[in-house]
Amino acid sequence: MATIDYLEKEFEKLQATTGGQLSAFRQDAFTAFSRLGIPSSRNEEWKYTRVGLVFNKTFQFSEDDGSRFTAADLTKLKLPGSDEANEIVFLNGRFSSTLSTLRSQGLTLLPLEEAAQGAHSEFVATHFANSSKYLKDGINAMSTAFLSGAIFLDVKKGATIDHPVYIYNISDAREFNVLSQPRSLIKVGENAQVQLVETFVTIGSQESFTNQVMEMVVERDAITEYYKIQNDVPNANQVSTTHIRQTGKSYTHAVTISLDGGMVRNNLNLVLDAPNCEAHMYGLYFQKGKTHIDNHTVVDNVQPNCLSNELYKGILTDSATGVFNGKIFVRPLAQKTNAYQSNKNVLLSDTASVNTKPQLEIYADDVKCSHGCTIGQLDEEALFYLQSRGINEKRAKSMLLHGFSSDILEKIKLTPIRAYVEGLIDQRLEFDKE
Amino acid sequence: MLKIQNLHAGIEGKKILNGINLEIRPGEVHAIMGPNGSGKSTLASVLAGRKEFEVSNGTVEFLGKDLLDLSPEARAGEGLFLAFQYPIEIPGLSTTNFIKTAVNEVRKYRGQDTLDAVGFLKLMKEKMALMNMDQSLLSRPLNEGFSGGEKKRNEIFQMAMLQPKLAILDETDSGLDIDAIRIVANGVNKLATQDTAVLVVTHYQRLLDYIVPDFVHVLYKGRIVKSGPKELALELEERGYDFIKNETNVTEEV
Repeated sequence: MATIDYLEKEFEKLQATTGGQLSAFRQDAFTAFSRLGIPSSRNEEWKYTRVGLVFNKTFQFSEDDGSRFTAADLTKLKLPGSDEANEIVFLNGRFSSTLSTLRSQGLTLLPLEEAAQGAHSEFVATHFANSSKYLKDGINAMSTAFLSGAIFLDVKKGATIDHPVYIYNISDAREFNVLSQPRSLIKVGENAQVQLVETFVTIGSQESFTNQVMEMVVERDAITEYYKIQNDVPNANQVSTTHIRQTGKSYTHAVTISLDGGMVRNNLNLVLDAPNCEAHMYGLYFQKGKTHIDNHTVVDNVQPNCLSNELYKGILTDSATGVFNGKIFVRPLAQKTNAYQSNKNVLLSDTASVNTKPQLEIYADDVKCSHGCTIGQLDEEALFYLQSRGINEKRAKSMLLHGFSSDILEKIKLTPIRAYVEGLIDQRLEFDKE
Repeated sequence: MLKIQNLHAGIEGKKILNGINLEIRPGEVHAIMGPNGSGKSTLASVLAGRKEFEVSNGTVEFLGKDLLDLSPEARAGEGLFLAFQYPIEIPGLSTTNFIKTAVNEVRKYRGQDTLDAVGFLKLMKEKMALMNMDQSLLSRPLNEGFSGGEKKRNEIFQMAMLQPKLAILDETDSGLDIDAIRIVANGVNKLATQDTAVLVVTHYQRLLDYIVPDFVHVLYKGRIVKSGPKELALELEERGYDFIKNETNVTEEV
């Protein structure tokens, strides 16, 4: 693998030029990366997502001093509502201060290096790279090993952030296959409220591989909404990891929407690390062409009286492939846990496929847990019902799929984002609103 | 209006209808009765165009057109309506949106202007009053969590909205108490005109107390074995279907 040789050299360069508090993290992670390598399909967690195939191609990091990708380029790919939002931009995996704008009070944004030295040093030391405890693979290690241009975002204790935070992960693949590793550590302070929207954009016709890791701590009584919107080009590959640790009575609401892309793997980990936490995880994937979508989720109930609710829905057509893997751990202390999980899939073609696997590991005896998954085709009875009312077959199918998606779409509480996603879905369904 | 000749149909190689002949003219109400498994619901499904059923022989003419040649949606456009025995629940699709789409698709088919929001609302209010429908039902997902009576009422409400020429009621009375039957039947009667016709498919006579048929046909083993005036329904109710079976056996022996 040409990229691996390249990475070894890059690591030496990086360690030589950037010292600081984080180099020990890098060194440990590089050792792990060298040992683990890129996961093969023999790795159970990567059985259906053959990330090695992507890595057979040559990828490299890209430095941009701001001369190639400009603010004007950014304007063209902004999400609706961006003008009012706080905007954080990662360009080729590195935070770009010139392209980013904070508009709300209560947010502090620092380079991770800086945060690791100042008032937040203890927080960084405790919580940075915690996702690796759950994701013991070379991809996760690679993010930390080549740490560069990462950010720390602090949402001030008690602050209700008045505008959402939009995070753009941009890969400029106009010249060569680019490897981007956006990395962030976020602290949502006690009793704070924030809405985060994350999206991925590749420009250019070469390939991108985005290995993004966001680690977040939602502190006592804090409320976080997190939306991941994936609608990139077919030459865009990504492993997108969101690792959220919740403490006392905090609340998380996560919605993952995946449309176009090449190979897309999402890891969403929720660690419910104090009593009375509540977490809701919703996902909708709607793939066509040869897009591969893999949603791996983990809910780790560590402490008692927590609630987690998870619903992922998928529609796959053409030769698209899907994977859903939902793990729920209930640790011995986590009595009175309520954990629900459901994954429903509709296959619209003979060549689309999905592998779905719920996994429950329960070590406490007074809990309520459920899981279920379905894979099916569009309901012929329902289709006939609509047709018998004069609605043509194509339109009837659209209406049924729209109905299937609607309970996920309505979980998007940010109006401009919801309208945007609904528009994309309607477009895909060729659904003209009257 | 509807002319069925020698209709044979089945599903997955199993023959269910074995030569149905039936003619319905505008203004008429026909009832098809028969024991379980006689093919009543199959006939309703074949007429509405459910594609699992294969027609192996015979013709069906509807308002001068070859009905069997039309897609289910075209049949609705031409003016055929099937009230389902088991209306389908569709989560995520609001009843109002569904009906609005249906009404406008049918209007397009018939060469009429589509209704705007105001026009649609006016029509809907009018037909809701006719069916004693509660507004709240219509903002809910289609049939989801509706009671049996609400589902059937919703079927007749859709019929009122789509203004068909021929309405086929497939065991609309099944699972309904007498009050619900009265409301549903009342709706159907109010919609009947000189130009429209109704085909009531039922196992029991009691619906026919409220939707009074001009003709009653008895379906048995996929054929109409006896036709008569509305009194035939009463006779069936009294004597059961056995006497029909016995008569049929006699004719088969001859």
